[in-house]
Amino acid sequence: MSQFDLRKAINNATEKIAAPIASRIKSDKIKRFIAQHVKIIPSVSTLVLFLIAFIIGGIIFGENFVTLRNTLSLFTDNTHLLISAVGMTLVIISGGIDLSVGSVAALSTMILAFGTAVDHGPDAIGLGLPMWLCVLVALAVGTLLGYLMGILIQIFKVPPFIATLGGMFFARGLALIISTDSIPISDEGFRALGMWRIPIPDIFHSNPRLIAPIGIGVFIFIVLLIFAIILMKSTKLGRNVYAIGGNEHSAELMGLPVKRTRIFVYTFNGFCSALAGIAFSLSLLSGWGRHLIGMELEVIAPVVIGGSLLTGGIGYPLGSMFGVMTQGIIGKFVSFGNLMSGYAKIMVGVLLFLFIVMQRIVIIIAEKNKEA
Amino acid sequence: MSVLKRITGSAMFTPLLVLLLIVIFNLIVQPGIFSVSINADGNLSGGLMLILLRSVPVMLLALGMTLVIATGGVDLSVGSVLAIGSAVSLSLIRGDTVAPTADTAMALWLVVVITMIVGVVCGLWNGFLVAKIGIPPIVATLIFMVAGRGLTQVITLERSITTGHLPFGQIANGFTLGVQNPIWIAFIIFMMFWLFTRKTAFGLFVESTGINKSAAKYSGIKSTKILLAIYAISGLCASIAGILSASNILAIQPARAGEDMELDAILAVVLGGTNMKGGKFNLGGTVIGAIILDLLPRTMTFLGVGIQYSMFIKAVVIVLIVLIQSPTTGRFVKSLFKTKVSNKQEVAANESV
Repeated sequence: MSQFDLRKAINNATEKIAAPIASRIKSDKIKRFIAQHVKIIPSVSTLVLFLIAFIIGGIIFGENFVTLRNTLSLFTDNTHLLISAVGMTLVIISGGIDLSVGSVAALSTMILAFGTAVDHGPDAIGLGLPMWLCVLVALAVGTLLGYLMGILIQIFKVPPFIATLGGMFFARGLALIISTDSIPISDEGFRALGMWRIPIPDIFHSNPRLIAPIGIGVFIFIVLLIFAIILMKSTKLGRNVYAIGGNEHSAELMGLPVKRTRIFVYTFNGFCSALAGIAFSLSLLSGWGRHLIGMELEVIAPVVIGGSLLTGGIGYPLGSMFGVMTQGIIGKFVSFGNLMSGYAKIMVGVLLFLFIVMQRIVIIIAEKNKEA
Repeated sequence: MSVLKRITGSAMFTPLLVLLLIVIFNLIVQPGIFSVSINADGNLSGGLMLILLRSVPVMLLALGMTLVIATGGVDLSVGSVLAIGSAVSLSLIRGDTVAPTADTAMALWLVVVITMIVGVVCGLWNGFLVAKIGIPPIVATLIFMVAGRGLTQVITLERSITTGHLPFGQIANGFTLGVQNPIWIAFIIFMMFWLFTRKTAFGLFVESTGINKSAAKYSGIKSTKILLAIYAISGLCASIAGILSASNILAIQPARAGEDMELDAILAVVLGGTNMKGGKFNLGGTVIGAIILDLLPRTMTFLGVGIQYSMFIKAVVIVLIVLIQSPTTGRFVKSLFKTKVSNKQEVAANESV
């Protein structure tokens, strides 16, 4: 599917549904506003959605829902998703997709666990290496896998779906080859790091007490997020990513380094996946080949909800963060309300759908405005 | 064209070759795997039948998937639709669903028909999103993949449900004319696919829509209707596979049913030689792909390769096959074979233009 054909197909077919809705917006001022801010509207609406969900949760579940603790736990519980979403945002902006994130993360957990395990029993497994070394190896492996997938996609023209599917099986297979069982991480320093928390007084609670929900994983995420925001906003590389996602053919004709950019995007995402795995290990303290099965969906959905267009060219790492938090809040709805987890999945699916349709409408308005 | 060129150029070449290699390898190391015998009930059984039987679910999904991929799309929701099919058929047979019916004895054929209709509706939903609203197929079917899994959990109220309805179990476990039913079902569905796509213009329309949707539209092909049809067909196949799956063990595990099967289906299609970019498709190749996907882990298991290697091997096979299919490798290989003479001729031809 060439980028060119896809956009034409989308534009042709969407006239029937989104155009009537778009044309009902009569006010020119609104139309112009939308057209000027096309790119950011989806992300802003995610933020708005998140706030609305929060408020609704507070109304339904009472004051227990609207605590600082609850909000911060959205960060700590989903650190691995937040980290992975940053990398995935770049991939999706470039017009691609990466299905290997969960598997590379699981491989990282296995590398950490296996590398540091010192078992003195009869079937001793583990290499007893220092943790910092294993962390470096895990990051290197993830980055390398990302690089290889980037090569498959760019040089060998393998569709990203298939290439990263192969990467997914490869990474998970590798993890299972290392060990089929889960291995606990026994490194004392690591465990301490994982349990370290910043104590934050819950000033909003009527009964002020110390709560301590922010761990080191959140800090890693924030550093990564700032890096990504600066990268996408202010560097040539970031702009190139937007360019190849928007229209690869034009980017090529303009002389932009398409090859290098695309390979970078997948390499970076491999790094993020490994980092996400490390963050996951910090909280779960074990390595297993079957960790994080299905994580790729839990990362792609929030990135789309966060305002990144799956066809590429538009997206913001910050928006993806709100997407993950929104997804997290839906999970909280389920647990607070004792609903079946099936409803959470349906709700995420519905949200995805609404957001995608909204993205289409906004884009149509913008394009019609350009013609006018 | 020389005979050799015609053989190697055929769409079926790579998948057949891979299958042949695996089969030959197995014949050498464990000939018993392909045994066919007649058991006590007068039915065909044995290794070969087992292989065919086990590859049926993926084959059904992959057949529907072939047409979807041929139009340049992909259907990620088939695993979830399979789960929905299992859940719906089991719930109806039992008589207790989210909305319990008073009379639990619903006719078997009615259950099957209703489940198939549900599958078609799910497929039409996907088709509607893709064809009418213009959402890229990956996204549209991703939505249903997530939501459909949730729906399954809601329908089954998150329990794994079982039934004692033996006639229902006969759908997957019964034998007709000596061959187990699922094999017949797969065969019939394949024949229907083949007739419908190769003996009517439908297949041509699908290929055209896949190669260039707007060109097809301007040629008068009703691309929208074609897209709706193939997604509906994909949903239908998935629901049939769901019925077979539920009938096989008279149970369903809502969270796990059909898990990862969409990936296997896509793999079977790609292994079978259909290009993911859309266009020409290869139904026979898909069937072979499904069989390869079943044989490969079996071969590995026999070799004593632990099951933990199977995923890794799958990855290696995928990567090898896509590398072979990649145009970059094709060009590289061709350049190796170019002789000096033909190079000079090419240069001369180019210069004279």
